[in-house]
Amino acid sequence: MSGKVQYTLYHPKWYRRHVSVWWWLENRSYTTFILRELTSVSVAFFAFLSLWYLRALAQGSESYARFLQWLRTPLFLTLDSVAFLFILLHAVTWFNLAPKAVALRLQGKRVPDGIIAGLNYLAWLMLSVGVTWILLRG
Amino acid sequence: MGRPITPLLWALFSVGGTIAALLFPVHLLLTGLAFPMGWLNAPSYGYLRGLVAFPLVKLYLFFFISLPLFHWAHRFRYTLYDGLKLKHLTTLIAVLCYGTALTTSIAAAYTLWTIP
Amino acid sequence: MPATVALAVARYRPEVESEPISQMYEVPFRKDWVVLDALNYIKDRLDGSLSFRWSCRMGVCGSCGMMVDGFPKLTCSTFLSDHLPGPIRVEPLRYFPVVRDLVVDITDFMQKLKQVHPWITRKEEKPIAAGEYLQTPDQLDRYKPLSMCINCMLCYAACPIYGLESSFVGPAAIALAQRYNLDSRDEAAEQRHEILSARGGIWECTFVGECSKVCPKNVDPAGAIQQYKLTATAHWFKSVLVPWGSR
Repeated sequence: MSGKVQYTLYHPKWYRRHVSVWWWLENRSYTTFILRELTSVSVAFFAFLSLWYLRALAQGSESYARFLQWLRTPLFLTLDSVAFLFILLHAVTWFNLAPKAVALRLQGKRVPDGIIAGLNYLAWLMLSVGVTWILLRG
Repeated sequence: MGRPITPLLWALFSVGGTIAALLFPVHLLLTGLAFPMGWLNAPSYGYLRGLVAFPLVKLYLFFFISLPLFHWAHRFRYTLYDGLKLKHLTTLIAVLCYGTALTTSIAAAYTLWTIP
Repeated sequence: MPATVALAVARYRPEVESEPISQMYEVPFRKDWVVLDALNYIKDRLDGSLSFRWSCRMGVCGSCGMMVDGFPKLTCSTFLSDHLPGPIRVEPLRYFPVVRDLVVDITDFMQKLKQVHPWITRKEEKPIAAGEYLQTPDQLDRYKPLSMCINCMLCYAACPIYGLESSFVGPAAIALAQRYNLDSRDEAAEQRHEILSARGGIWECTFVGECSKVCPKNVDPAGAIQQYKLTATAHWFKSVLVPWGSR
């Protein structure tokens, strides 16, 4: 069975359209998908920034003050603003898609997607408030 | 045994992505915008050094930096494969992505370990 | 409402051209007509040489999948009125080799479907005398949406990964594998795990999500794939941390 079927796959007259490297510009869904994937770059950016922040903190109050100066420059304010928007995009798409992967079933019935997403947003809110409170105490 | 570690990488991607989604927005908003712009009072150097002394805080910061980087590594790797059709460079891309995440995680661990 | 509407139909006759061209046809516009009606009008009255697949004309057989204005659609369920003013582009299903005009070869899908063993497999068959398998409504509910797949392959036409990676098993095949994994009567989840975790399996998927958007039966293959990624990951951790566990 498989031998005969393999043969027909290599029929030379069938037209096989080449998939361009710009496939993701062909429609809006594909483009928003790639934008969503590119949010990971802003995630990496902030991870690196956080490490740099920690090292500046570790090296003493002068190097920390110098680092804070860096953060106030237009370059970093712009980078941080752009990164913030992308990280927001990451968070929103992540929470909205989480229910699809989790598919929680309670007492035999599937928990509605909105509840799982809602719980994620709630956790997001609570953690944000908690972190803000801790950082504003000093 | 040749067991592929893709499930492990996906697990790191998932946890890293969750950490990034839940915690990065607020941290970035504060440290990258609110504090430098003076919208809110930034914590003092002494207070932050005090915070970072706690082992629990060190652990938090380690996962805060390390796991989102593995999230980036996994996602970016596939974006290069599919977005730029670079699958033929698969080994190079994998090494660059996960290698960066790994070395940065080690650097973070070292920094956190050596802060008193 | 216009009296006629134009259709820009892809033609590909291997004996004549080396790549598809577009041919314009003017068909009557009726507000209850679907694209399939227009294609049949063309074949009956305008150009008998046009080749395309169709069968039930009511959205259950999965034969008439084509690209309408760049989106994978069942032509029997796509109204002309939703695509005014035209010209309405009709092309063969994307990411499949074109045999002729709007007919594509689906052998790749058929092979991949077979690979995931989409049938109930038991370690030991129950003899007929022992009676039927019993299933509660909740057990049925677990896999029912996945069982609605009509193999129309619109999800393959929507999935860029399928277009880029020839080894990718694809959304419908994984959804159908999961349909059997989740069926309480089936006992072959471990077998399917081999093929699904290998190259070309679930790990090629990056959750673009287009497959679920275009599915005419709300199967949600994207969801099925992500859920299976969780299952496979848990399975992996179990096999690493508890290697002596039951196989």
